[in-house]
Amino acid sequence: MPADFNWAIGGEAGDGIDSTGKIFAQALSRAGRHVFTSKDFASRIRGGYTAYKIRTSVEQVQSVVDRLDVLIALTPRTIEENLSELHEGSVIVYDGDRTTMQNVEIPDGMVGLDVPLKSLAEDAGGAIMRNVVALGAACAVTDFPIENLDSALQKRFGNKGQKLVDNNKQAARLGRDYVTDEYDHEFDYSLETTDSDYVLLNGDEAIGMGALAAGCRFYAGYPITPATNVMEYLVGRIEHYGGHVVQAEDELSAINMALGAARAGARSMTATSGPGIDLMTETFGLVATSETPLVIVDVMRSGPSTGMPTKQEQGDLNQMLYGGHGEVPRFVLAPTTIDECFWKTVEAFNLAEKYNIPVYLTADLALAVTEQTFEPEAFDMDAVEIDRGKLVDEDEIDEWLDESGHFRTHAITHDGVSPRAKPGTAKGAHMSTGLEHDELGRRTEDTQMRVEQVDKRNRKVESAIERESFDYREYGTPGADNLVISWGSNEGALIEALELLEADDIDVHVISVPYIFPRPDLSAEINAAENVIVVECNNTGQFADVLEHDALCRVDRINKYNGVRFKADELAERITDTLADTAPAEVSQ
Amino acid sequence: MSSNVRFTDFKSDKQPTWCPGCGDFGTMNGMMKALANTGNDPDNTFIVAGIGCSGKIGTYMHSYALHGVHGRALPVGTGVKLANPDLEVMVAGGDGDGYSIGAGHFIHAVRRNIDMTYVVMDNRIYGLTKGQASPTSRSDFETSTSPEGPKQSPVNPLALALASGASFIAQSFSSDALRHAEIVQEAIEHDGFGFVNVFSPCVTFNDVDTYDYFRDSLVDLKDDGHDPTDYEAAKSVILDSEKEYQGVMYRDENAVPYGEAHGVTEDMTEIGEGAPEDAMDLVREFY
Repeated sequence: MPADFNWAIGGEAGDGIDSTGKIFAQALSRAGRHVFTSKDFASRIRGGYTAYKIRTSVEQVQSVVDRLDVLIALTPRTIEENLSELHEGSVIVYDGDRTTMQNVEIPDGMVGLDVPLKSLAEDAGGAIMRNVVALGAACAVTDFPIENLDSALQKRFGNKGQKLVDNNKQAARLGRDYVTDEYDHEFDYSLETTDSDYVLLNGDEAIGMGALAAGCRFYAGYPITPATNVMEYLVGRIEHYGGHVVQAEDELSAINMALGAARAGARSMTATSGPGIDLMTETFGLVATSETPLVIVDVMRSGPSTGMPTKQEQGDLNQMLYGGHGEVPRFVLAPTTIDECFWKTVEAFNLAEKYNIPVYLTADLALAVTEQTFEPEAFDMDAVEIDRGKLVDEDEIDEWLDESGHFRTHAITHDGVSPRAKPGTAKGAHMSTGLEHDELGRRTEDTQMRVEQVDKRNRKVESAIERESFDYREYGTPGADNLVISWGSNEGALIEALELLEADDIDVHVISVPYIFPRPDLSAEINAAENVIVVECNNTGQFADVLEHDALCRVDRINKYNGVRFKADELAERITDTLADTAPAEVSQ
Repeated sequence: MSSNVRFTDFKSDKQPTWCPGCGDFGTMNGMMKALANTGNDPDNTFIVAGIGCSGKIGTYMHSYALHGVHGRALPVGTGVKLANPDLEVMVAGGDGDGYSIGAGHFIHAVRRNIDMTYVVMDNRIYGLTKGQASPTSRSDFETSTSPEGPKQSPVNPLALALASGASFIAQSFSSDALRHAEIVQEAIEHDGFGFVNVFSPCVTFNDVDTYDYFRDSLVDLKDDGHDPTDYEAAKSVILDSEKEYQGVMYRDENAVPYGEAHGVTEDMTEIGEGAPEDAMDLVREFY
């Protein structure tokens, strides 16, 4: 595991926790350090505890750990909530002038820095900047050049006038100088900087950026945590490319608007979370049976019903795979990293149009709201390719007309893929419908045509499996006795867990799968391994179920459904325990 | 758009399965005439239909069309029009589709003011499911699911539209072929959301709101000196529960359609073979 540093700021909702945390993450990123962030919400709403946590290293970090080196605590509860993560030598920055913090007790072995955040902020121009004073104090503790913080402040406040930026810079300096002057202490931390240029973004933003790169020009959505960021990202950017975002009256409307735009011939998308997917499932069947290319993003949160809206879960897999009455094929893509959110979004649009099929693209909450650093080349726009599939123009349309000159929009084809003609294309006028239909898209209850259309739709899946590469990534020791399979955001923690397991001489082969349907055939790997464990953030093991079905055998499961993502050390321990439980009992001599 | 399009060009070769005498025949003929009269042709026209007897209209007309799920035709039309504003978009539905299961979409489509036309075939009954009360059924109208009448006030769709900020509200009668086509044509020509509630009698299941009833009771606003640009006058005819009217009740000529207000006036269906040229700027934003 890289030599990492773990930092957090915590307080009550409304204390500007997110925004302050983001500024520090940005400063670290601009200093050429890798960053991985996470957000904490207590399981009880009362008291309103919230925290923004940063793990940073000069090497790539892709997981959270149970360790906190520097904590900015705006409330006593922030300290209580993080006691188990704080350790000997941890530094706690707080404002002893604040009424609630006057009698705060710093646990033995830790360093308490009482910094008058509010009064220093007032000196710099306003109490509102007290969190920035704290960031300055953090710079002093970590020997981190304050110019990097300046640059992040410029980015954050630049559009609000230079005066505000300068005041914030001054606030940071007052915090730094206070710690340097008042505390003659050798801190254990030094945040080295590098010349690397990184970009810092979360999964929702990567999906939005992927959509723009892929030519998505229409988005309709209804606000819902944790998918709203996708919509907020697109608003203000999609217009530059001639597109538009509509805030619909509900998710029923959102998917129908997106469907309409797709029927008109635009690349179109909607994004939501579980409760919205429930509503959209009604129209999903229409999208699929009318063979309309559409990308539907499900940013999963804890369910069922309203569940735990700000908590991690991977519980919607069955809903995406099987949701809706009747039977109709759909594709389900599940990126496992933030940069892959970008690429899988591009791929989702191409698959949708190549096979005239709805594509679910799913990210779990942890992937969607976590910010992480990447080399900009991870998002190389020159590598984006657009394939619009069998979209026919006026010159090509004749070969798809029947003897009366009608466009065969649901033509029975060998590969299952029928042509699309955009409205406005001469000779292309046609209808489609959620009713079973003939080649012209008109209602039919003809027994033979029904069977031909069902078979045709299913042949698209067979064609995709033949033509596309529904691949996976692997880590650790291929061919090891122990195989661990994962999907979604667990990949980062698993990679780091591998190092811990290796240190204990446990060889593990990790397979991380970004395609849920169609998915790679893992039956050979599963049957060859002695122990197979499927890791996922849900109670029943939905992915484990489909893998058992594929491989016709049983697998072990590591499930987590308390609303918190997996951590590397936790995963290593649970894998070790699971392997111990499944090991054959030693025969006594 | 070709100028020699005839209204029969909008007719498909599928024979309607509506009951003989159904009002929907007349409603559809008027729609086709209005489309032809406004210079449209089947290749630039998109019809969206919902579910019910009215929903079958996409099958009997010839154009680009989608027959969607129950009550959600307006959002589909919204997406079509915004994605390609060059298309003529007409949404058709019934009173159940538009004012019951789709009522939530109706009020928002009205206030969004997308430049499209919405024709509701209002027969005050559920026909395709064989005669149950609809949201516009009279409160004492006896049906299989309301043996003593629904005992609730019927929806006044025109008032609902007015309260939602409509820019064009009209009502017509399918049997008055000339006026019906004229009114739908005005709705098409209106720069914004053109809403027409059409009395389209069900000859099989509604023995109250019949052809004879409408013929006897309809007052034509054209003969009445009504000024549709006068909001107060519109309000009084729309809220008048004593009479049935046909004609254009309200037209706000100053209302700005959604597309214009949001700068969405170009076809967005054409894209390149790769990411946009300046797409790396999107990445640089995250420095």
